[in-house]
Amino acid sequence: MEIILDIIMIPAVLACIKIAVIILLFAMPLGTVLTLMERKWSSMIQDRVGPNRANIGAFTGHGALHLAADGLKSIFKEDTIPKGANGFLYLIAPFFGLIAAVATFAIIPIAGPIGDFTFQVTDINPGLLFIFAITSLNVYGAVLAGTSSNSKFALLGGTRASAQMISYEVFMGLALMGIFMVYGSTRVSSIVDGQNEYWFGNLIPMWGIFTQPLGFILFFTALVAETKRAPFDAPEGESEIVAGYFLEYSGMRWSAFMLAEYVSLVGVAALMTTLFFGGYHVPWLHLWESAPQWLVTVLQIIKFSFVTLIFCWFQIQLRWTVPKFRFDQTMGLGWKKLLPLSLVNIIVTAFVILTLA
Amino acid sequence: MTDMSALQSRMDTNASGEDFSASVMSIEIGPAHPAMHGIVRLTTQLDGELIVGMEPEIGYLHRGFEKESENSKWIQVIPYTDRLNYVSPLLCNIGYSMAVEKLYGIEAPRRAEFTRVIMGEISRITDHLTCLGAAAMEVGAFTFFLWFIKAREYLWELVEEMTGARLTTNWTRFGGNSMDLPEGFLSDLADRISKLEEIMEECDKLLTRNKIFIDRVKDVGGISKEDALSFGFTGPMLRACGIPYDVRRADSYSVYDELDFEIPVGSTGDCFDRFLVRMEEIRQSASIIKQAADKMPEGPFMTDERMLQYPDKKDVYGNIEGLIDHFKLVMEGHQPPAGEIYMPTEGGNGEIGFYLVSDGSGDPVRVRMRPPCFNYVEAMPLMTVGHYVADIVPIFGSINMIGGELDR
Repeated sequence: MEIILDIIMIPAVLACIKIAVIILLFAMPLGTVLTLMERKWSSMIQDRVGPNRANIGAFTGHGALHLAADGLKSIFKEDTIPKGANGFLYLIAPFFGLIAAVATFAIIPIAGPIGDFTFQVTDINPGLLFIFAITSLNVYGAVLAGTSSNSKFALLGGTRASAQMISYEVFMGLALMGIFMVYGSTRVSSIVDGQNEYWFGNLIPMWGIFTQPLGFILFFTALVAETKRAPFDAPEGESEIVAGYFLEYSGMRWSAFMLAEYVSLVGVAALMTTLFFGGYHVPWLHLWESAPQWLVTVLQIIKFSFVTLIFCWFQIQLRWTVPKFRFDQTMGLGWKKLLPLSLVNIIVTAFVILTLA
Repeated sequence: MTDMSALQSRMDTNASGEDFSASVMSIEIGPAHPAMHGIVRLTTQLDGELIVGMEPEIGYLHRGFEKESENSKWIQVIPYTDRLNYVSPLLCNIGYSMAVEKLYGIEAPRRAEFTRVIMGEISRITDHLTCLGAAAMEVGAFTFFLWFIKAREYLWELVEEMTGARLTTNWTRFGGNSMDLPEGFLSDLADRISKLEEIMEECDKLLTRNKIFIDRVKDVGGISKEDALSFGFTGPMLRACGIPYDVRRADSYSVYDELDFEIPVGSTGDCFDRFLVRMEEIRQSASIIKQAADKMPEGPFMTDERMLQYPDKKDVYGNIEGLIDHFKLVMEGHQPPAGEIYMPTEGGNGEIGFYLVSDGSGDPVRVRMRPPCFNYVEAMPLMTVGHYVADIVPIFGSINMIGGELDR
């Protein structure tokens, strides 16, 4: 028994277990359920019923079985490769996006540490810089898919995706500078702990959204654009370039693109929670000093998941409410509005910090 | 040749002296493409995202309507006209029947005319709802589309109540309609129109002042008054350019001169103006429907002239005139006097004209339909060149191309 415990506590083994738990029990299921949630929620907005037909006997589960049905369908579909496509690149392209989406969860803590044990795969020093590095991997997925498909529509989509994602990475980094300056670190655990401080005695928690309101809006916009979801889905451009860079894909490879989109949707929500809504910290919980440790951890996980879900919902609501930008408008918004605003945000933050210090 | 020189100058300004020949990519949009509702192919030349050339190719939905009509009796053409414009079939029914009535030199009874006005305006609204909804959906406002489809569903239930069918209406006859107003129709109508107005208000709030939407459609696909006239634009597309031409007023057919309505006009003729003009026309049509319902006269819904109306069964079996009329109508068909006429009516999308030639026999010599969207598709290169590839979507959505009437 003790041997097993010892093996588990080897850092590498522990990290693997955490990766498995966080990805297989949190990110992937949530991403999958979100596909159904999005369809159901959009149908509520639009006075429709939504998916409700897949069934086992009389059981339909309000459309829940569509998840299984869709998965099965994708597996059994033919994995087509278009004529003239670059086979190897075409085959690996879908997984860049998925890997990048999943890797985001590596540094996100979903509850406070208990002793040496952290609810986080790894708390590396570069922290968020790691996120930036990983999301830039995402571009390769779109570009490779676009160029290797041997389709003009896919090529247009790939070009759009690369331009958009590379641009928005710039604002993403700049928008977060304020957070780094306020909490004095790029390490996620320090940022999260920094948000557990309070203003005016115990009145207002120092959450990122209160210390960096403009940074919050900018970063959220940049992240939504980075995940290529509406209203920034010009790279997909379903009405003019049909499906953009993943036009030619079918079966599981197409599903990989879809899954990547939804997992990164959860990733965006988790990141927003961590950086701007106090992470796992339940506000004012420290006032209850005799709280048992297990209860605190449970409450933290609940709080983290709840805020994450709210952000997921918000992105879905956004997609079904507003029309989408044209590609040049997306770029214009980025370079002409977000860039100056994030620079202003950095200067103002620096000024405020210097004055207060 | 003015249009071609305008096109050329526009291409030149965009080229700004550079030679595009090396970097131009030719891309086939359609015939099977989500934005090409109906089937049409746009062979587009792109420089990056910029459109530098376009050539529309039509004919993928050609069913030979005109030739088929020549091999039918006059009355047998009415069901074919259902299939011309599949978002407002009643307007084509009405247009064709009025053309034949003009050939006969008769008029339908007043009750029939008022009913036609009501049903025609309902169809105009369904036409506009489909066009606006689809155009908005393609710039990403999917919710707006489904709300409009919901409104359209209310109206199509009315059409079903009246004609027994949603699309294949086959409703008008020469000298009246096949059916009178069903019981309780007018109260249903008032109820549905108020529901429509609610949805219109909701959608107005959702989209009309939405910054992203305005950015997508404003100054996109504009066309000047002169170009619009030289291409033969009619209907909302022409009115969006600022020319208040509406066949309902200009030609004042049917009982439109007794009804009070305004003709909305735009100024720049871009996609946003077309959107606003169509939105306003829906409201005007709703007001026309209300007025026509209030003024609905009593009386017959079908003319009682011989050789137009099939005689009652008791006459067919009871007296010789009825029997002979019935025999001749069935065997030889309606026989309008020899001659040729052109009858324009205001369709949902512009002027629907029927050009008919009769030699006095039961078979039409020529049935020619003027589809409004033919001219719009022809002007697609002028409207799109110089815009981005994503702009094809709102522009093509705003011209409301209906494959059925375009290719016939």
